[in-house]
Amino acid sequence: MSVFRAIFRHTSGRIGGVIVGLYLVIAFFGMMGLTPHDALMQYRVDRLQPPSWVFWMGTDLFGRDVASRLMKGIGQSFVVSFLSVSLATLAGTVLGLTAAWFGKRWDGLIMRLMDILLAFPAILLALLVITVIGPGIWTSVAAIAIVYTPIFTRVVRGPALSLKARDFVDAARTFGSSTRYILTRHLLLNLVGPLTVQVTLALAWALLTEASLSFLGLGTQPPASSLGLMLSDSRNLMETAPWLLIFPGLTIMIGILGFNLLGDALRDILDPKTRRAVA
Amino acid sequence: MSKLLSVSDLRVGFGRNPQANEVVRGISFDLAAGETLAIVGESGSGKSVSALSINRLVDFGGGRITGGSITLQRADGSFVDLTKATEPELVRIRGAEIGMIFQEPMTSLNPVLTIGSQIEESFRLHRGLTGRQATIAARDALDRVRIPDAARRLKYCPNQLSGGMLQRVMIATALACNPRLLIADEPTTALDVTVQAQIMALLAGLKRETGMAMIFITHDIGLVAGIADRVMVMQAGQAVELGELDQILDNPRHPYTQHLLRAVPHFSRGLAVRSDFRRDLAAKSDPVLKVDGLTVRFPVRGGLFGRPTGAVHAVEGVAFDLMPGETLAIVGESGSGKSTTARSILGLVRSTRGRHSTATGETIAHRGTASMQMVFQNPYASLNPRLRIDKILAEPVVAAGGRADGEMRARMIMLLKRVGLPENSLERYPHEFSGGQRQRLCIARALMLDPSVVVLDEAVSALDVSVQAKVLELLIDLQREYGLAYLFISHDMAVVERIAHRIAVMYAGQIVEIGDACSILSKPRHPYTKKLISAVPSIDRRNEDFALDTRQIPSLVHPLGFEPAPVEWLRFGVDHMALAEL
Repeated sequence: MSVFRAIFRHTSGRIGGVIVGLYLVIAFFGMMGLTPHDALMQYRVDRLQPPSWVFWMGTDLFGRDVASRLMKGIGQSFVVSFLSVSLATLAGTVLGLTAAWFGKRWDGLIMRLMDILLAFPAILLALLVITVIGPGIWTSVAAIAIVYTPIFTRVVRGPALSLKARDFVDAARTFGSSTRYILTRHLLLNLVGPLTVQVTLALAWALLTEASLSFLGLGTQPPASSLGLMLSDSRNLMETAPWLLIFPGLTIMIGILGFNLLGDALRDILDPKTRRAVA
Repeated sequence: MSKLLSVSDLRVGFGRNPQANEVVRGISFDLAAGETLAIVGESGSGKSVSALSINRLVDFGGGRITGGSITLQRADGSFVDLTKATEPELVRIRGAEIGMIFQEPMTSLNPVLTIGSQIEESFRLHRGLTGRQATIAARDALDRVRIPDAARRLKYCPNQLSGGMLQRVMIATALACNPRLLIADEPTTALDVTVQAQIMALLAGLKRETGMAMIFITHDIGLVAGIADRVMVMQAGQAVELGELDQILDNPRHPYTQHLLRAVPHFSRGLAVRSDFRRDLAAKSDPVLKVDGLTVRFPVRGGLFGRPTGAVHAVEGVAFDLMPGETLAIVGESGSGKSTTARSILGLVRSTRGRHSTATGETIAHRGTASMQMVFQNPYASLNPRLRIDKILAEPVVAAGGRADGEMRARMIMLLKRVGLPENSLERYPHEFSGGQRQRLCIARALMLDPSVVVLDEAVSALDVSVQAKVLELLIDLQREYGLAYLFISHDMAVVERIAHRIAVMYAGQIVEIGDACSILSKPRHPYTKKLISAVPSIDRRNEDFALDTRQIPSLVHPLGFEPAPVEWLRFGVDHMALAEL
C-alpha cells in the first residue's frame, strides 16, 4: 500500500510508526499473558527490588514484576483506548454525516448538543459519566467515547458540508441515488483521510485519559494492572523506588509521542492541502 | 524605440530538481515602451509561469529560474537583470515599475478590508502618501478606471461589488504608481462577456493614456485581436511562434498556431449555425420537455427571528419546449438564472411555481428521472475521486433500480468506446484522466440510462479550446446518433453558435428573447441581446474598441409578495420573439 510506504518515507511517520508498532506487539503479548513473569505473582522475598537481569524493571511493594505488569497494563490501556475511540468514531461519523446532510433543525440540535459536551473539560466530563454509572473498565470505555464523540462529529461535519456542495453529489441526486448510497459512497469514502488522522490523534489522547482515570482510581480496578494505576500505586514510594514511577511514566509519554508523530505524518500524507509539501 | 524589457532564453523549473523539471524552456522576447505583447497558449503551456517570472512572483510558488536573463530598463534609465535582483530590490520594482492583475478579482482582494484602504496601501508604500492625500489619490485612481461614484465606493468591502467592478479596482491598484509595465494574467477569464468587453475597453484606453507596456496572457485568441501589437504562442514551455498580430492571425507559420486558430470557435453572427434540424411547426410532434411558467425564488431572511423579509427572484416565469434531436441553448451572464433554471428542472432546486413535464408525461417532483440527465461544468468536481470508473458509470443504473451485471458492463464498454475512451478505463480512477477525458466520462455516465434529454451546464467551458472543439463534435455526433435533445447552458456565444438550433437569452431571471439560432444571432431584437452579441470578441475585430458601459444589473431582490408585471412578447418571425421593453 502506498500509504504505508509514504509513512515510512516521512521522518516523524517512521519514528511514530515504529513506536506504535512496538507498543502493539507489547500489548498483544501482555494480553496473551506472554510476559517474563506472571503479572499477578507476588514474589514476597523480592519486594521493591531495583531493575536486574531477573526483574528487568524491578519489583513493586508486593514483589510483583514491574515489566510484566507494564506489558499487561499497555494491553489494558490499548483495549480501552481502541474500544472507546472506535465507539467515538462510529457515533461521531453518523452524527456528523447526518447533521451535514439533513441540515436545518437536526443539524442545529446535534451541533448544540456537541457544543455542550465540548464545553466540559474532558476529564471532568469523564468523571461525571463515571460518577453516574460507577467505576470500571467498561465505564471508562463509555466515558472516553462520550468525551471524544463531539470531536469526531465536528471533524466529519465540516468536510461533509463542503463535499455535499460538490458536483458529483449533485450528479448523484439527478440520478436519483438513495441517500444511503450518497452518504456512504460519496461522502464517507472521501472522509477516510481526515478520519484516519483524527483516529490516530484521538488514540493518543484516549491513552492519556485512560491513564488519568485509572490514576484517580476510577478506571481499571486492582489487582488488574494499568499504566495509570501503576503510577498511582507508586507515588508514595517515589524516593525509595523511583523505577516504579519512571517506567510507567516513560511508557505513557513515549506511547503518546508515537501516536502524535504518526498522526502528524498521516495528516501530511492524507491531507490534500499539504500533500504537495511531502511529494 | 527603446527596449523596456528584454527576456532572453528564460528557463524556469519547479520542485527539488528544477533543471530536470522545467516548465518554461527557453523563451526570448523584447518589449518596447507602449507596446502590448499577448502570450497565448493552453493550460500548462507555461504562459503564466513566464509572466510570473518577470516580477519574480514565481519564487513564492516554488519555481526557480534556472537560466536566461530578464533585463528591465528602470525609470531612471538604468538596467537591471531581474533574474539576479535581490528580494529588497524586487519589492521596490514590483508595483512601482511592474504592475500585475490576476485572473480572479474576487480572491485577489482582502475581503475584510475596504477597497479604499487596499488601494491606499499601494500609494502609501510606493509614494509615501499618508492620510487625506492617500485617500484623494485612491479616489482619483477609481475615477481613472471609470468607477462611478468613486468617493462612496472607497468605503465598500469587496463583497459589495460585482466581479467586473472588482477587476476595475484591481486595475486601479496595479496602476496606482504608474507602472511602466503591466502584466495582465487572464484578467477577464472569470468575467462575463459583457463585462469582459468593458474591461478590455478600459485597458486599451488606459494604455493609450499612460503609454505603458503590457503583457497580456490569455487562452482566448479572439481577445488578442482587440488589444495586442504582437503575439507569442506558447506550447509546452516553448514559444512556438512570435510575431506581429496580423501576421500571426492571418498567416500563422507554426502548425500549432494554425491548429489553435482552427480550434477556437469563431463567432460569426449566425452564419455558422447548424442546419441539421428544422422545427416543423405544421406537424405537431410532442416536445420531450415542456417548461411552463417556471419560477424559483429564494427567501431572504432578516431580523431577529430570521423571518423571510423578501425573496430573490432567481427565475421568473420561464417557458420553453424542447423537441427530440434539438438543442436549445440558454445564454446569459452569471446571475441571470440560467443554471438555476436547469437545476430546478432536474429537481436539484425546488421550484416555487410552474410545471415541467417530459415526453412520458411525468411531472418531476424532487428526484431525478431516467429520461433526463445532466453534465456539469467542472469535470474535476463531478466525478467522485474515490470511486473507480466502473462504479461511477454504474451509479445511475443502480439508482434506477438496475443490477450490475454483464449487460450493464457491455453498455459501459460500448459507451466508453463511443465517447473515445479505451475499454480498460473501467478499472481506473478519475485522477488518471485529463479534464477533457473526464468530461467524456461524464457524458458516458449521463447516457447510461438512455435519456431523451441531456442538460449540459457549461459543459465545455472549463476545457481548453482544442479539447473543447472535440467534445463539441462528440456531443453533436451523439445527438444525431441517439436523437438526444440538449439543453445547453453557456455564456460563450461562439460555442453556442456551433451547437444550438434554438437560443433563449436570459437576463435578470427572465427569458428576454427566444427563437431559432440564426435569427437571434444575426438579427437580435432585445437591447440586452444586442449588447451581448456586440460584446463577443473575435479575431476579425482588430484593435477595435468596445464601448464602455457602467450600468449595473437590476436587483433581483424584491419584497415579500412582489409579483412582476405581466410580460408582453413581440413576434419577429416564424420562430423568434423578444420581450417588449417596458
